[in-house]
Amino acid sequence: MSNAAGARAAMDVAVESRGPNSWEIAVFSVKQWFKSAAPYLNLLGITAFVLFWYATTEYLKLPWFKKLPGPVGVFKEWVSRDPAYGISIYTPEYYSHILKSVWRVVQAFFLATSLGVPIGLFMGWKKVFKDYTFPLLEILRPIPMLAWVPLSILMWPGREQSIIFLTFLGSFFATVLNTLLGVESIDEVYLRAANSLGAKPRHIFFKIILPGALPFIFTGLQISMGFCWFSLVAGEMLAGEYGLGYLIWNSFIMVEYPVIVIAMVTLGVIGWFSSALIRAAGNRLMQWKVREDAR
Amino acid sequence: MNSETGSCHLGDASPTARATGRGQISIRNVSKLYDPDGARVLAMDNCSMEIEAGEFCVVVGPSGCGKTTLLNAIAGFHDITAGEIFIDGELLCSPEKKAPPGSDRIVVFQNGALFPWFTVLENVIFGPVVQGGIGKKEAREKAREMLNQMGLHGIESNYPSELSGGMRRRVEIARAMMNDPRVLLLDEPFRAMDALTKTVVQQFLLDLYDKCRKTVFFITHDLEEAIFLGSKVYIMTTRPAKIKTVLQVDIPRPRDFRVLSSSRYMRLKKECIEAVHEEALKAFAAGEREMA
Repeated sequence: MSNAAGARAAMDVAVESRGPNSWEIAVFSVKQWFKSAAPYLNLLGITAFVLFWYATTEYLKLPWFKKLPGPVGVFKEWVSRDPAYGISIYTPEYYSHILKSVWRVVQAFFLATSLGVPIGLFMGWKKVFKDYTFPLLEILRPIPMLAWVPLSILMWPGREQSIIFLTFLGSFFATVLNTLLGVESIDEVYLRAANSLGAKPRHIFFKIILPGALPFIFTGLQISMGFCWFSLVAGEMLAGEYGLGYLIWNSFIMVEYPVIVIAMVTLGVIGWFSSALIRAAGNRLMQWKVREDAR
Repeated sequence: MNSETGSCHLGDASPTARATGRGQISIRNVSKLYDPDGARVLAMDNCSMEIEAGEFCVVVGPSGCGKTTLLNAIAGFHDITAGEIFIDGELLCSPEKKAPPGSDRIVVFQNGALFPWFTVLENVIFGPVVQGGIGKKEAREKAREMLNQMGLHGIESNYPSELSGGMRRRVEIARAMMNDPRVLLLDEPFRAMDALTKTVVQQFLLDLYDKCRKTVFFITHDLEEAIFLGSKVYIMTTRPAKIKTVLQVDIPRPRDFRVLSSSRYMRLKKECIEAVHEEALKAFAAGEREMA
């Protein structure tokens, strides 16, 4: 009985005009985008690059470029039912490399986010905790991921763990730092207002610190996703048996040059897609920010 | 001048204040010395005020004179270095005791502090929900009712960034009122507003005050605003802030914009301007000295 009433009340809140919803805003902004010159200029830029690539490698065959695979060769190989070097959109190997890499990134990114965000939030919230951890963070953070490779191999029993660890490291520090900056960006006045309204520490943490830091956290997550892919490929090149990074390095050794470019472009597309996914998740969680920007 | 100071003793103040209403504030000989790195800046010097329960008290003084220091002490954000502040006969702060901030003394801030990540409704129910003792559903109903009474219906699901400045300030006052505070502390809340918006929001505050008669402690540097809104106006000196004059504003309530052209208002304003002008000159001269 009271449950039903509660559900109805919740419905009322949801149904009550919330202005345009996020989907409508998204459709509207895509429509607006196609009315502007931007998409056509985007396309023109990409076409110009491909033409330049084609001209230097396959048409003019300039001395520096003649060893490189050209766009036509790469494309033919990519969509071939019977690829010369064994990798195309019709071969299961292609997808198993992609899946392996994606799965590694998902694990590392999940670990880095679920550890990095709380640590960053605590560092920003409790000065004592920051005093303990910040110098350590600042010393560990600039160490290039590649420098961790030997220790990582020594530390972990298998290659898989050490690749995931390397991928994790790259994104972990970016997440912590951006979360910390996010907390520090929160105007003191919100904390005062919350205290004045009778908030207890847990409310301060969940209702002020966390939502207040969210815009920075999501910027950080996009950066950290980039680091994830960077570190992953480096890790796979050194220690992998599968994955796009391994594929690139192995194709280089085996002189299967078009495969290198296929794997590179695949990495680019997946990387872009994963960033877009994080942006979408951020927009979903931060309706207030979306509507602020839409104005 | 401030003849009421000392006439009110702790012993007799507490029972009577509780009987007649909540929100009686005694500020007794309060000073605040900032001493960050031995600079010893005196922000407030021996200020005493008596604010009756349900009184609209305005403190007016030149910018940067230390008015906000006093408000922050009552709110529980800062401590004081001498004197005592009582609320309804209870000791709130003294040099030994800093009051924690609490929902019985809600602050409306100069630049606004609605949480941008919450909708209007979520902002307004924030106080009751975090204080506990009331369900979310009940709080929502109460909030809707309050917003309707204040003429703020239809914006429950908007975010603060979607509202005009005047609307935002009204929502913030509504958020404060949801907690049924003993005193409403307003720190130059209409400072950054254009003249038209300001009159609308001032009228809103006056109407609200007529309805509920909360104690209001209002800080401003705007004399006209002070006389228009307040029942009692404390005029502060330039830093360190001391009380220069107390003005009883005997304009009857309810008030509206027509007050601004009444002869009573003009007379009070004239009185005020003379007192404040002198201080403004001093403040200006002090500024010149600091520059030199």
